[in-house]
Amino acid sequence: MHLAIQAVILGLLTGGVYALMASGLTLAFGIMRVINVAQGAMIVAGAFASYTLFTDFHVDPFVSILVMTPVAFAAGVILQVVFLRPLRSDEREDLSLLVTWAIALGFEGVLSYVYQTTYRATLPGYVNRSLTVLGYRISVVRLAAFGVSCLILAVLYVTLHRTRFGRAIRATVQNPMSANLLGVDAQRVSAYGFGISVATATAAGAVFGMVEPFNPGSHYDLISRLLTIVVLGGLGSLGGAVVAALFMGVAEAVLAAEISPTWSSLTFFVILIAVLLFRPQGLLGTAERGAL
Amino acid sequence: MRTLGAGGLARGLGFTACLLAFPFLFPEHWVVNIGIFTVMYMVLATSWNILGGFAGYLSLGHAAFFGLGAYAEAIAFEHIGIGSGYRPFAVLPLIGIGVAVLAVPIAWVALRVRAATFAIVTISLLFIVQQLAFNLHSLTNGAQGLSMPIPPFSVSTYELPFYLAMVGVWAAAVLASWYVATGKIGLMLFAIRDDEERARGVGVRVTFAKMVAFVLSAGLAGMAGGIFAYYEGFIYPQFAIDPLVTIGAVLMAFLGGRGTIWGPTLGALILVPTQQYLAFSQGASQLYLIAYAAVFLTIMLIMPRGIIPSVADFVVARRPKNGAPRSGEPATPVTGVPS
Repeated sequence: MHLAIQAVILGLLTGGVYALMASGLTLAFGIMRVINVAQGAMIVAGAFASYTLFTDFHVDPFVSILVMTPVAFAAGVILQVVFLRPLRSDEREDLSLLVTWAIALGFEGVLSYVYQTTYRATLPGYVNRSLTVLGYRISVVRLAAFGVSCLILAVLYVTLHRTRFGRAIRATVQNPMSANLLGVDAQRVSAYGFGISVATATAAGAVFGMVEPFNPGSHYDLISRLLTIVVLGGLGSLGGAVVAALFMGVAEAVLAAEISPTWSSLTFFVILIAVLLFRPQGLLGTAERGAL
Repeated sequence: MRTLGAGGLARGLGFTACLLAFPFLFPEHWVVNIGIFTVMYMVLATSWNILGGFAGYLSLGHAAFFGLGAYAEAIAFEHIGIGSGYRPFAVLPLIGIGVAVLAVPIAWVALRVRAATFAIVTISLLFIVQQLAFNLHSLTNGAQGLSMPIPPFSVSTYELPFYLAMVGVWAAAVLASWYVATGKIGLMLFAIRDDEERARGVGVRVTFAKMVAFVLSAGLAGMAGGIFAYYEGFIYPQFAIDPLVTIGAVLMAFLGGRGTIWGPTLGALILVPTQQYLAFSQGASQLYLIAYAAVFLTIMLIMPRGIIPSVADFVVARRPKNGAPRSGEPATPVTGVPS
């Protein structure tokens, strides 16, 4: 029992980070029907950037998020304008998968060229510290990673629900044509939305680099988990993604602790298939266009 | 309704004759080696196209079936003892059928969803099969992989049997594509690609048609995987079930023209030798990845419909006929299958 609860705690903390990673993915899909397969590669790129900032310039990984996200936002806007905007809208959902896959390969290529394929980890001084609460050990880094993820998700939530720009995004997600008629500039919303998505990926990467070792090829593993999470939560649904991420984090950790770590990574896919059998639109998704 | 014009027949036979003559004209080992991989990707792209091109269901898990075929061949040697020589080739049809049968329940689950979700489910499939290859240790020997026997072929023409077997599977794939595209199933698939709800509404048995396309596509990829395993002599999970194999096949189908019979073959014929050349000249695999990504993005942005449809449009637009589109009007989009 003690082991199971310990696993649940670990799973929730990991799930929070997954939620941050998946939020950008589901947001980009909601706004422009684009599946960003490069999300995993962008997370890994964020992890490498924060690794370099930490090892060469001694910037704390949590502080580096503040530096990296504006750069990532700009990069995301440029990527959207150059590679995604030219796609015809009726083919965008299909072709975006391939285009972003190519972008992912490009990221992987550049990262392997610069950093080679050895595994790295960002290891600030407090990385091995842990708290003991009621007999359960909680790693400080994982707790902080969870906290930062929640904070960024909260900022995202407030942006979406309390600002004019957020309202434009939500309008575009719900009905792009009506939003356009009411004066929302869909092109601009798409570009900025993709920028936000890349920025969250980078921020998640900085956090990810402290809790897991990574190399340029890590993005395959990440993206397969994240895609499962967003499909499970319902594509385009932010709340669904958060719930699904926490659920998956816990399921994986508990299975790893109770049964066997070699089989736990299959949990994601087995749950995905089970859900699709009974509810093809995902847990919280709608059959029609998603609502954030 | 299934007719084969003299032009189509001549094109098919002529190209097959060229493929068959190739290793005799250029018998150097490295040339035939590239030839094997080129024809292998022709099979993968053509088989991917049956589902991805004709039905519009973009599968990103094609390499899973390729890997299943590769493992089936290696397991047949390791655990059943099919022996060496030409016998591993003889079991290929069985491997194809076996992979196709395995694909039936997978298709049934995966085809419940469409478009982006379908693509995601098929990517997951790829990783599931890879994980199984790692974890089913008693069958697959886990990360250490399985080895195949070294066949007693004469050294000077060592690659030839593999090459010819691959050409055989390719011919089967093209014939299957042609059979599907020109028949009733093809019409059903095109209707699904254009508007699945409407197709279902007018009484097309959409699930049946999609399942046939999925299973056919999987079985053909499995046979290519079987030859690949025997030729390589050694397989392990990341090597046999590689996301890059999927993306290669998809890219080639897109380049040549998805939804056409010859497009995927043409795409593979252009890209694989280029890819091998890049791999040789650039050496370092990272630069090769970057070059690959660049080629991919360029194709997607410049010619998203592929060579054959673009050229067909161009020819149609240039040839004024009765009922040809008036100048200023766009040429009628080529529906169906330009070959």
